[in-house]
Amino acid sequence: MKATVLVRPKEGILDPQGQAIEQSLRKLGFDVEHARVGRVVDFDVEASSADEARERVNEMCRQLLANPLIESYEVEVHE
Amino acid sequence: MNPRVAVIQFPGSNDDRDAVWALRALGADAMLVWHAESELPEGTGAVVLPGGFSYGDYLRCGAIARFAPIMDAVTRFAAGGGFVLGICNGFQILCEAGLLPGVLRPNASLSFICRDVALRVERNDTPFTSRCEPGQRLVIPIKHHDGAWFAPPELLEELESRGQILLRYEENPNGAVGDVAGVTNEGGNVMGLMPHPEHAVDPLLGSGDGALILASLLDAARERASAAAVLLA
Repeated sequence: MKATVLVRPKEGILDPQGQAIEQSLRKLGFDVEHARVGRVVDFDVEASSADEARERVNEMCRQLLANPLIESYEVEVHE
Repeated sequence: MNPRVAVIQFPGSNDDRDAVWALRALGADAMLVWHAESELPEGTGAVVLPGGFSYGDYLRCGAIARFAPIMDAVTRFAAGGGFVLGICNGFQILCEAGLLPGVLRPNASLSFICRDVALRVERNDTPFTSRCEPGQRLVIPIKHHDGAWFAPPELLEELESRGQILLRYEENPNGAVGDVAGVTNEGGNVMGLMPHPEHAVDPLLGSGDGALILASLLDAARERASAAAVLLA
């Protein structure tokens, strides 16, 4: 199964990278607000069902891929 | 007796030899210990996790180093009351390993900051600050990109009430919450700080204030060793 993990800075956490990107987009004339920068991790995972894969990937997020103090995450699993 | 201090060398550490030099200048039997070792040297009285960019800062600073084989030994050493000091990247590693509270985030300015900063010692009844006066002002350099310590408000409040904040910036250089520059674990035997005491042990290089932190650690290691010797006798 293919898995995609999206890791984002939690709401309320200062994200200077997002701010810098937002300012740059504004300089280009794009009217944007609240830019936030996260991270994408793609990988293949062995599992017999999508549910099992999702459970496993959630555990990976808790243990390593995200730091729960500052980051939230979303997991997508597809065949 | 010169306390034995293990300075852990990760791939990407770059203040490891400075730490050994500074500790030796203060009378320690300091030695480098490679990250792939599974045990600390016999008679280790303190462990220092030095600054640098372990494992290229991949994922998050310090996130990969906690899987180094030596970290199991460091965790056991800390659990037994051994003194562990994490400097800069070492602080990041201890936070990611769950040995210290909070996490280090990119500086609010997004720039790498390399300069002397003034710090305030919050308390001196600890193994890391016993040579300081409470409220003493120390000048020690910082050099980091990810030095903004963060803890959610409720955690920060707990740490404040338990007196776990040991050092604060006089002027906050990086956006750390509570101006925090250095914290300890609940047991008080593990400390992390972003400033580099090992770069401030000789006034010739601008400041000797870092020696107060390192010498406090050596005093504590020495005392613990003699207490253990009395117990064995």
